[in-house]
Amino acid sequence: MLLIDCPWCGPRDECEFSYGGEAHIKRPENPDKLSDAEWADYLFMRTNPKGRFPERWVHTHGCNRWFNAVRDTVTHDISATYGMGEDGPEGRS
Amino acid sequence: MKRQRYRMPDGGRIDRSQPLHFTFNDRSYQGYVGDTLASALLANGVAIIGRSFKYHRPRGVFSAGAEEPNALVQLEQGSHTQPNLRATQIELYSGLKAESINCWPSVDFDLWSLIGLFGRIFPAGFYYKTFMTPNLLWPIYERIIRQAAGLGRAPSDPDPDRYENINTHCDILIIGGGPSGLSAALKAGQSGARVILADEQNEFGGALLGSDDEVDGGPALDWVEKTVGELEEMAEVRLLPRTTIFGYYNHNFLTAVERVTDHLGVSDDPLPRQRSWRIRARQVILASGAIERPMVFENNDRPGVMLASAASTYANRYGVCFAKRVVVFTNNDEAYRTALIFKKFGIHVSLVDVRPEFNGDWPRKATAAGVEIIFNSAVTGTRGRRKVKGVNISAFGMDGNLGETRHLSCDLLAVSGGWNPTVHLYSQSGGTLTYDKQRMCLIPEKAGQAVNVVGAAKGTFELERCLKEGAREGARVAKNLDFVGSGSVRSKSKTVLENEQPLQPKWLIPSRKHPEGGPSHFVDLQTDVTVADIALAAREGYDSVEHLKRYTTLGMGTDQGKTANINGISILSGIRGEELPSVGHTTFRPPYTPVTFGALAGRQVGQFLDPLRRTPIHHWHTRAGAVFENVGQWKRPWYYPVLDEDMNDAVVRECRSARKSIGILDASTLGKIEIKGPDAADFLNLIYVNSWNNLEVGRCRYGLMLGEDGMVMDDGVTSRMAEDRFFMTTTTGGAARVYSWLEEWLQTEWPEMEVYLTSVTENWATITLVGPNSRKLLGELTDDINLDLKSFPFMTWREGKVAGVPARVFRVSFTGDLSFEINIPARYAISVWTACMTAGEKYAITPFGTEAMHVLRAEKGYIVVGQETDGTVTPGDLGMERMLSKKKDFIGRRSLARVETLRSDRKQLVGLDTEDPSTVIPIGSQIVATTKKRPPMDMIGYVTSSYYSPNLKRSVALALVKSGRNRHGERVYLPMENGTISALICNPVFFDPEGERLNG
Ligand SMILES: [Zn+2]
Repeated sequence: MLLIDCPWCGPRDECEFSYGGEAHIKRPENPDKLSDAEWADYLFMRTNPKGRFPERWVHTHGCNRWFNAVRDTVTHDISATYGMGEDGPEGRS
Repeated sequence: MKRQRYRMPDGGRIDRSQPLHFTFNDRSYQGYVGDTLASALLANGVAIIGRSFKYHRPRGVFSAGAEEPNALVQLEQGSHTQPNLRATQIELYSGLKAESINCWPSVDFDLWSLIGLFGRIFPAGFYYKTFMTPNLLWPIYERIIRQAAGLGRAPSDPDPDRYENINTHCDILIIGGGPSGLSAALKAGQSGARVILADEQNEFGGALLGSDDEVDGGPALDWVEKTVGELEEMAEVRLLPRTTIFGYYNHNFLTAVERVTDHLGVSDDPLPRQRSWRIRARQVILASGAIERPMVFENNDRPGVMLASAASTYANRYGVCFAKRVVVFTNNDEAYRTALIFKKFGIHVSLVDVRPEFNGDWPRKATAAGVEIIFNSAVTGTRGRRKVKGVNISAFGMDGNLGETRHLSCDLLAVSGGWNPTVHLYSQSGGTLTYDKQRMCLIPEKAGQAVNVVGAAKGTFELERCLKEGAREGARVAKNLDFVGSGSVRSKSKTVLENEQPLQPKWLIPSRKHPEGGPSHFVDLQTDVTVADIALAAREGYDSVEHLKRYTTLGMGTDQGKTANINGISILSGIRGEELPSVGHTTFRPPYTPVTFGALAGRQVGQFLDPLRRTPIHHWHTRAGAVFENVGQWKRPWYYPVLDEDMNDAVVRECRSARKSIGILDASTLGKIEIKGPDAADFLNLIYVNSWNNLEVGRCRYGLMLGEDGMVMDDGVTSRMAEDRFFMTTTTGGAARVYSWLEEWLQTEWPEMEVYLTSVTENWATITLVGPNSRKLLGELTDDINLDLKSFPFMTWREGKVAGVPARVFRVSFTGDLSFEINIPARYAISVWTACMTAGEKYAITPFGTEAMHVLRAEKGYIVVGQETDGTVTPGDLGMERMLSKKKDFIGRRSLARVETLRSDRKQLVGLDTEDPSTVIPIGSQIVATTKKRPPMDMIGYVTSSYYSPNLKRSVALALVKSGRNRHGERVYLPMENGTISALICNPVFFDPEGERLNG
């Protein structure tokens, strides 16, 4: 079980959180201008790196706030957690 | 009762003043407090404990610990029974009852052992090969295998025992209470750090419990006692004996099971039977010791063949000596200790050492004690049908081949192939292992987490160095966490005898009978995997360790191959002609030893498994005799049978009353969310498919919510309470999901919107009045809400008092009839409900449940999200495309324009008009346009809702059918197990299609 450092509550067990997938995916400003393929890219396609991965979590059984975390998908090392809308240590890749 | 033939008159850590009676295979025996079941059975001369998995060969106790592959028993009976427990780890208690597993009709005469005589019917890959034969034969094989193979029996009754879960955290968790673990705990404890020391045995001391070592100039166990005493005095140190750390997960999260009262037997003790611990440790010190490696030779599985360290332990710790003549077979120095221990007890000992003759302290001491040492030789096989009676030994010739065989009689063969560090938890934690060529074993290489290994677990086998390493690491790890305390001087052990002659890497001893010829050289005693199986697997191409494991089942028993894996992969590397490190090793997985489901579940069983939610009117429903239905966590009245009504009678009566006069429904479980803030309307515009800016205060609107993929996710009525305030209702099951969904979008995508959400599901109770008389009844209960059609039209809400209670009344309808939803603060729910019932008596007011509600809404073709939809249904599929706003963006809108969602052959909502009006089609039935004699047939859709409608006196069904809206009037078929149902596709609105009844 991961130990996740909620930016508002501090380190808590993973079972208090829910996972929200890849971080920094912005909803397109004007969906009508996108082709089906471009829209599908926003909707379905996610990166799946081996290594550091910015992702979203929500502290469901705590403060109920969403935040971002950078987790290494191999070691599960969480190198940073930061608020929504903030840039991570590696920018908005 | 038999006396304990093989118990020595004194010595050991058993209490001879406290005899314990127990039964094994229905025979009574006696043991002592301090015994394990294994030591007590050995003391009584019970050589055969069970039969082997495949060949049903007799097997006895092989080890003295967690690594035991053979001595598995079924403990206790009835609901208390537990299968496959290791007799070596069951503490003896008064009245213990155990049985052998895997034998029929009895352990002494097992018919299945004839399998061995019929030769090789279970070769490697047996299951895979069997599966490849015609499917028809499989049931026959299966029946045979089920009886022949398999281990113990699972209990069939609920577990009567109590279990607990406990969470904790500490600075340093020390795993293993042997010499290195205790030294580490002492230093770490003295530093003031919060320390947990866990050990799987009933007392601390680890390997010292079975040895005759000395520490600080006295018996090692005196040192153990003193050290444990000191640790007990430390406020921040928690000692957990009888506790197995069985899992090592991410971020130093470890799980353990503590056997709290197992050793007391079946009792009414108020303490739980077991307690599972979840420990978050800043640092871990792994002092898990080592497991002795067996030798592989012909018939090395006979009862009476035992690990050398186990033989020492039974003698030293349990005062059991079940042999008159002992042969020790070794490739290393360690086993000389065992020889000396037995010699001390006056037993004749021969020691067979595969190494050439050498001069050293060990041979000198052994010879002086009278041990017969036979160098440069090997045990090539054992004799004796049910128990070892002797061994064959041969000397190695100049060419390295074995020469003439000679016989040596003995009744105990103690084998030692060196030691394997217990690296299971280290490997689980993500640490890598490396093969140490000097010590010939896998040792920890690179840690994946905050774990520090000490002692034998690291390959440090010498006692003095274990004490030193433990103390050093205990202090260092504590210091790194900023705990620096004053400690006593470190304990020391005389370096009795260094291991001077290195181990010779020889574990597999060939014999005249070729080791690949048949079941003779056992590698995995628990799963009956032999050298022949490994060779066969390699020949057939399964020569990677992972393939080998699955093809032969090597290491796949309940012991996970603790004594088998290293020998298995070393034999494989020999076949491949490669060095062991390049062959690799399989992954170690939790649990280290099997864990009961009870311990994992803890108190979360029965009614504590999941929260139960009841509406504030629940007790009234109970008194009215309602039958309840589970809707998510909610208990909802399903129907209210009167007198001897069955479900059908009750539902028919409830449906009729609701349309004829008045029905009353407890709808309190509807999800309710208050949405407040200047941007609330704009936010709803994005969340729902329809438009909200123009909704006036006092009005309600039905909303449809999509996922970004364009699929229907939830629906419900939302009302405007004020310019900046909305009251949303959701489906009962969708309440939490919708609330989280709204929060997610607000927080992550549109944080600039000023909108606040509050879940008020449980604050408001909802009472729904349905039917033509509902206006009349409500009029009697309120004097400040004008109920006439003009003042209170459909899809509006009013505030006022109902039965004297402040209420919000919504004119909405889920049945197509005149209907009022009365929302009142939950604490007044029962009084308003009762007032409705009393005032409604003259209208024969009828409470109705969810079943009647479903019939009434299905008559009208109203959908239920989750029943008519399954995450693949768009608004267009439901015929609701007119709801979609064209003037704004909303979640899911772009997806509705994708090619896939525009296809004309999508499944669409239709009604089904059965040829025989009394036929109610089972929900979920598949629909075909043309039938064939037998499946498969082309399916064009399926039934989502189906009921008998008492108001229409016929069945009604809703279905999703390909291009369904263009097929009204077409005949379709529903092939059933017995016969085919015929139906016409029709409009899904069966009742009052003009909607004339809405206004009463
Ligand atoms: Zn939080």
